[in-house]
Amino acid sequence: MDGDDRMFDDRNPGVRPEESVANVLSYTAGLGLAILLTIASFVVSQTNLLWAPGIPVGLIVLAFAQIGVHLVFFLHLGSGPDNTNNILALAFGLLIVFLVITGSCWIMANLNANMMPMSATVPR
Amino acid sequence: MTIATIDAVPTEFARGRGGGGPAPTRIVVAYGFWIFLLSDFIMFSGLFAAYAVLSDQIAGGPTGRELFNLRNVFIETACLLLSSYTCGLQALSAERRQRGRFYVFAVFTFVLGAAFLVIEISEFAGMVSKGAGPSRSAFLSAFFALVGMHGAHVTSGLVWLTYMVAQVVVKGLRPHVLRRLLCFSLFWHALDIIWIGVLTLVYLIGAH
Repeated sequence: MDGDDRMFDDRNPGVRPEESVANVLSYTAGLGLAILLTIASFVVSQTNLLWAPGIPVGLIVLAFAQIGVHLVFFLHLGSGPDNTNNILALAFGLLIVFLVITGSCWIMANLNANMMPMSATVPR
Repeated sequence: MTIATIDAVPTEFARGRGGGGPAPTRIVVAYGFWIFLLSDFIMFSGLFAAYAVLSDQIAGGPTGRELFNLRNVFIETACLLLSSYTCGLQALSAERRQRGRFYVFAVFTFVLGAAFLVIEISEFAGMVSKGAGPSRSAFLSAFFALVGMHGAHVTSGLVWLTYMVAQVVVKGLRPHVLRRLLCFSLFWHALDIIWIGVLTLVYLIGAH
C-alpha cells in the first residue's frame, strides 16, 4: 500500500487506516485548551474584565471555542477524507440546532412584545 | 491521477472519494453513531430553546442567581473534563491492547462521572428542599428538564461503561468490542460538549 497510501491518504503521514489518529499528546493538548477556556469563562462571568453588557456574548464565544476544541481533540473531527461525511452531518445538525433555538427565541420575543399589558405581578 | 490508479487501490483502503470500495467498518460504525449523537444534540436543542425562552419566567420565585453555587458548578465541570480526558486515554489503551491501563482509566472515568452525578443530585435535592423544585416556576421546570436530561445521559453513560468493562473482562479486546468502546467514548465526549452549553447558558449567564 506504500505508493497508493501516499497518493490517496491525506491524513498525517505514517497513520495506517486501522490506527487511530489519536494519541496521548492530542488528548493532553485538548484537555489543556479546554481547562484554559473553562477558566476564562468563569473569570469573564465573575469579574468586570469585559464590558458588562458584552459578557453574555463573550461567554457564548468562549463556549463555541471550547466546543471546537472538544470536536477536534476529543472527537477527532478533522479535515481528512474519513471525516467528510461526519463534517457534513455535523453541519446539518448545527443548522437544525440553530433553527430550533433562534427560531424559538425569536418567535417568543415577538409574542411577548405583542402581548397586551398584564398586571404588575408578572415581571417584565 | 488516472482511473487506473484509482482502481488499483485495494478495497480495504477506500478513502471516501467513491473509489476503492467500502470504508473500514470502524469508520462506518463511528459515522452511524455520530448520526445518533447529532439527533441527541437536536433533542437537547429543544430543551435549550425552552430554557432560553422560559428563564425569565420566575413567577415570583427564586432566580438563578440566588440558587446557583458556582463553586459546585466549577467542580462539576472539572470532573466532567477530566473524565473526558481519562476516557480518551482509556480508548487509547484499548486500541493498543493494554488491558491493565484500560481498567485503570475506566475506573477513573467512572469515579469522575459518578462524582459529577453526586454533586448534581445533591444540588437538585438542596433546591427542592428550599422549595425551588421543578413545579415552582416555568424557569425551574425548564432548568430541571435540561440539566436533569444531561444528568440522565451521564447516568446511562456510567451504566454503559460498566457494561463495556464487563465485556472486556469476558470477551477481551476483540475488534467488535473495540468498536463498541469507540462508540462509548464518542458518547462520553458528546456529553461534555452538551455540558459546555449548559454551563454557559444556564449557570454562567444565569448567575451573572
